[in-house]
Amino acid sequence: MGINRRDFLKLAGLLGLGGKAAFELVLPGEVEAAVARTEATGTRWAVVVDMRKLTDKVAARCIEACHSLHNVPNYLEPPDPKLALSEDLKNRWQIKWIWTDVYEHAFVGFEQDHKWDKLQGMNFLLLCNHCDNPPCVRVCPTQATYRRPDGIVMMDMHRCIGCRFCMAGCPYAARSFNWRDPRPYIAKINPNYPTREIGVVEKCLLCEERLAQGQQPACVEASGGALIFGNLNEENSPVRAALRAHYTIRRKPYLGTNPQVYYIV
Amino acid sequence: MADYKNEFGWFAPKPTVEKKIYSLKAVAVGLGIFLVVFGAPLLLNMGQVHPVPQPSLDTPAIQKLAEKERQCVEPTEWMRANHMQLLWDWREQVVRTGERYYTTSQGKKVLASLSNNCMECHSNKSQFCDQCHNYVAVAPNCWGCHLPKEQNVAKAEGK
Repeated sequence: MGINRRDFLKLAGLLGLGGKAAFELVLPGEVEAAVARTEATGTRWAVVVDMRKLTDKVAARCIEACHSLHNVPNYLEPPDPKLALSEDLKNRWQIKWIWTDVYEHAFVGFEQDHKWDKLQGMNFLLLCNHCDNPPCVRVCPTQATYRRPDGIVMMDMHRCIGCRFCMAGCPYAARSFNWRDPRPYIAKINPNYPTREIGVVEKCLLCEERLAQGQQPACVEASGGALIFGNLNEENSPVRAALRAHYTIRRKPYLGTNPQVYYIV
Repeated sequence: MADYKNEFGWFAPKPTVEKKIYSLKAVAVGLGIFLVVFGAPLLLNMGQVHPVPQPSLDTPAIQKLAEKERQCVEPTEWMRANHMQLLWDWREQVVRTGERYYTTSQGKKVLASLSNNCMECHSNKSQFCDQCHNYVAVAPNCWGCHLPKEQNVAKAEGK
């Protein structure tokens, strides 16, 4: 005795329909809500980098503005020559909130054997992409990093236990670990912003402390128009205008993280 | 009748063991070392009088205020007992919800920030915070990241 394939499939189909009906009965609308994309409301911050305006000089200015404001230590050129590090340690300890790199490193997967002449020597300004689907948030065991409703991938340094899962998770190398007390390596400490301690991970927070005061991020302000900042959910915001007017690329979009820093090349 | 048989035979009395401290010398030496090591803090501090901490309120920012306005965000007594909890709550509120202002029990809105509000008035960490913290031997880890701003004030006063 048993049940033949045809009856089994019929029964399974019926059960499936019943399951949907049961879901509708218990949790009306939940199934659709889980499947559908959430409506774009409120604020969603994003940055557009206009590489036509971004010279190395402008990039250096942006980096300086950010790193001096947020007390980011400089392991490459320590303020005290006695603290100079070996090349190996420089690389390992370097703290990056915003930095530059070449096309082949920044846009892995976009390389081709014969490329556009202008890409030669072009240094792209890189920062945390404040992904819509941030892998760093998913792997954090303490929820020290989390996604704010306005899209900023935020760090709660108080909760960070320094496990560095997020660094392994981030495909953009936007996170750095404090291998040592950073204070001796900060040339001029900004007393209005905390430093970090040994053993925590840090990254770009899109100047959330400046946004709270209605200011633009420090790098955007220092860029003189090369960086465009705004609300993606607002039809007439500068970022939306830039995205409408230009073809833009993003870093490693094929990974599904949905990065929100766009590049006009 | 429970012990009608034990390992020494039928109704045999259990052999008694003499109760005494074996190797009394070694035990006494060990006990002595133990007492000295664990009693050292007590012995060393015996008879010493530690003055009750007097956190100083003498900072330029507080002096500038009128006598009536010299009031922390909450009453002094409450702050003395609960400032640590308040700072924890501020930390959660500011970092996790993004709400940067705290409404006091008097209905006043103040910036919820250790470095940028508390330390503006109490710009004398070593004379204010550290006084009690050292007295009760607690080491808050705030200062690993947040800056007390004390040096700047000292420099400004020197000029």
